[in-house]
Amino acid sequence: MLWVDKHRPKNLDNLICHKEVGANLKSLVASGDCPHLLFYGPSGCGKKTLVLAMLREMFGPGVEKLKAETKEWKIERPEISTKIEVELTTLSSNYHVELNPSDAGTKDRYVVQELIKDMAKSRPLDMAGQKSFRVLLLNEVDQLSKEAQHSLRRTMEKYASACRLVMVCNSVSKVIEAVRSRCVTVRVPAPAEAEICDVLQYVSKKECITLPPEFAARIASSTDRNLRCALLSLEACKVQQYPFKSDQPIQLTDWEVYITEIASDIIAEQSPKRLYQVRGKFYELLINCIPPELILKKLLFELMKKIDSELKHEVCHWAAYYENRLQKGSKAIIHLEAFVAKFMSIYKQFIISLFG
Amino acid sequence: MAPEGSAYGQPWNEKYRPKVITDVSHQDAVVSTLQEAMKTNNVPHLLFYGPPGTGKTTTALAMVQELYGPTLVKSRVMELNASDERGINVVRHKIKQFAATAVGQGAPGYPSPPYKVIILDESDSMTTDAQNALRRTMELYTKVTRFVLICNYVSRIIEPIASRCAKFRFKPLGEESISDRITSICQKEGVVMEEGAMEALGSACGGDMRKAISHLQSAVRLFGNTVRVQSILEAAGVVPSERVVELLEACRGGSYEKAQDVVVRLTKNGYPALQIIQQLQELVMCAEDVSDDKKARICMRLAEVDKALIDGSDEMLQLLDCASLAICAFTGTTQVGKYDA
Ligand SMILES: Nc1ncnc2c1ncn2[C@@H]1O[C@H](COP(=O)(O)OP(=O)(O)OP(=O)(O)O)[C@@H](O)[C@H]1O
Ligand SMILES: [Mg+2]
Repeated sequence: MLWVDKHRPKNLDNLICHKEVGANLKSLVASGDCPHLLFYGPSGCGKKTLVLAMLREMFGPGVEKLKAETKEWKIERPEISTKIEVELTTLSSNYHVELNPSDAGTKDRYVVQELIKDMAKSRPLDMAGQKSFRVLLLNEVDQLSKEAQHSLRRTMEKYASACRLVMVCNSVSKVIEAVRSRCVTVRVPAPAEAEICDVLQYVSKKECITLPPEFAARIASSTDRNLRCALLSLEACKVQQYPFKSDQPIQLTDWEVYITEIASDIIAEQSPKRLYQVRGKFYELLINCIPPELILKKLLFELMKKIDSELKHEVCHWAAYYENRLQKGSKAIIHLEAFVAKFMSIYKQFIISLFG
Repeated sequence: MAPEGSAYGQPWNEKYRPKVITDVSHQDAVVSTLQEAMKTNNVPHLLFYGPPGTGKTTTALAMVQELYGPTLVKSRVMELNASDERGINVVRHKIKQFAATAVGQGAPGYPSPPYKVIILDESDSMTTDAQNALRRTMELYTKVTRFVLICNYVSRIIEPIASRCAKFRFKPLGEESISDRITSICQKEGVVMEEGAMEALGSACGGDMRKAISHLQSAVRLFGNTVRVQSILEAAGVVPSERVVELLEACRGGSYEKAQDVVVRLTKNGYPALQIIQQLQELVMCAEDVSDDKKARICMRLAEVDKALIDGSDEMLQLLDCASLAICAFTGTTQVGKYDA
């Protein structure tokens, strides 16, 4: 098992960072009238850990007994005389069901509704033998279609006593206002670099390795406050060279290295031929399921490190422009490529104006 | 519902949903007109419209409860909302089916008028075709059914339907109504509001009662029974104003790199971009030392960014674009086009 998963704190009391959020969640659970919850924060900041620890606080260790179930949903729609069939894998315990709505694609709306109604039918009993509620854990709700989000509005009110939603997302702007206002929202900030170092030290101790503080700091500063990346990097560094040397390179994920290379390629030459080569590399990344907006963002930040301040406004504008198009369009590669073409043209003009 | 709540109660919004229409606050005109209509036993088709959390669904549910009582309501009232399939065929078949069956005996002690009620909640999400089908159905069964349409945007309801209904506009709740209701909830829940907290809640919820109650519950459950201004702001997702000022100052400073640092930090701390630009807009508009044309340039971009965010664009990139434009506006330069062939 990877260290990221192996050393995930299981209790709200054992958290290394987000202690304050943890304490707040604890009092929320203790209060009893837990409403729907929406957790948001940048990726790799530890939302999922908080959510799982909170569920454990609510229901006890039983929530960790997970079973993966692939279920075929046959959703009858007699009034439109069709049957919708969806096959989907959910992870569930006696107390909760976890779902990635994007797995259900365009049928997400039906699946979510069906799940909620299902949960309302079979309610578990609590300690006092009374009907209690189950939790539907929806990951990446920002990926849920607008249609599906709208259909949650009244459902969230109607089934409130049988089923609580716990939703997790990166970008809360993509969750419709009507859903947000029906939840308690919990902001989870990315841990500060010092907190990341604490976690790295904690994991090192558990793994019985020595981590010099300076080395921990270097890992923390090169992983953009992303805790998951920092832990993955620590493990990779350990594999590469242990005991750690102070000048040892920090291991980054392959795709990040790859994008850094793309940035260098673009700065080195601006031509149709180079554009074509870059396109091939984008394909490579997309095939490996790296989200296109992440590629564009990382590429922008790499390019920004290499160009003159005077160019930055223009470049940042086009990055935002093409990312927006990417969201509205259907083929990511076209927009990624368009951004690079735009950048090449601007950069070339700039170089020409410098040297005449 | 309450007895089933067990150790875990309901969200406050459900717990404190008014059960009778006279308990609905701030919609006096609506309530008194409805009461008159209910007395005559002849309620017309109704169209409730207005912003979220102003009591539309609540009023509709309370009204049918008062008309039919808790038992009869099950057979006389059908509620369809955006979670239900509501294409043309549903309107044609399901609604028809429901409307066509005869009404039985009334319930003792309740007016139980001799017709059925169909509540179409969130009906602005119905297609125009479905609405056209609905129009026919409404005409056909007008003797034995009444429709209650509920929506946020009355302009999305086709004219032939709208004109058949008595229209009721639900106003955003005034700060006073909100504070009255919140005070009574606080008393029942044993919550103490510190000085300024009520005002903060009033302005954070923008006339949306549901939001006010949600934020209150968040603040209490996350930060304790004594509610401070800070807890309300955090629960409502408001960005601390010094953070937004910092961003604006970085833009005034004219350095892209500094502004980028601030934007990255804001997004890493999880502050929602939509909220940031809203607060930024307020700051810019109120800044006395910023000329009108600069304000106009910045606000125009803020509007574009708002739209882009709703369309699902990346928060960090959009904020960067915004900050970059603000720098250009302050330094009187153009953002794009200089090196663009
Ligand atoms: N006028 C009001 N008086 C008292 N409580 C209200 C009022 N309006 C809303 N509330 C509270 O807010 C909650 C939500 O109200 P309701 O469901 O009626 O909103 P709505 O107008 O239907 O909103 P939406 O357009 O989002 O569906 C209620 O449960 C109630 O607690
Ligand atoms: Mg409603």
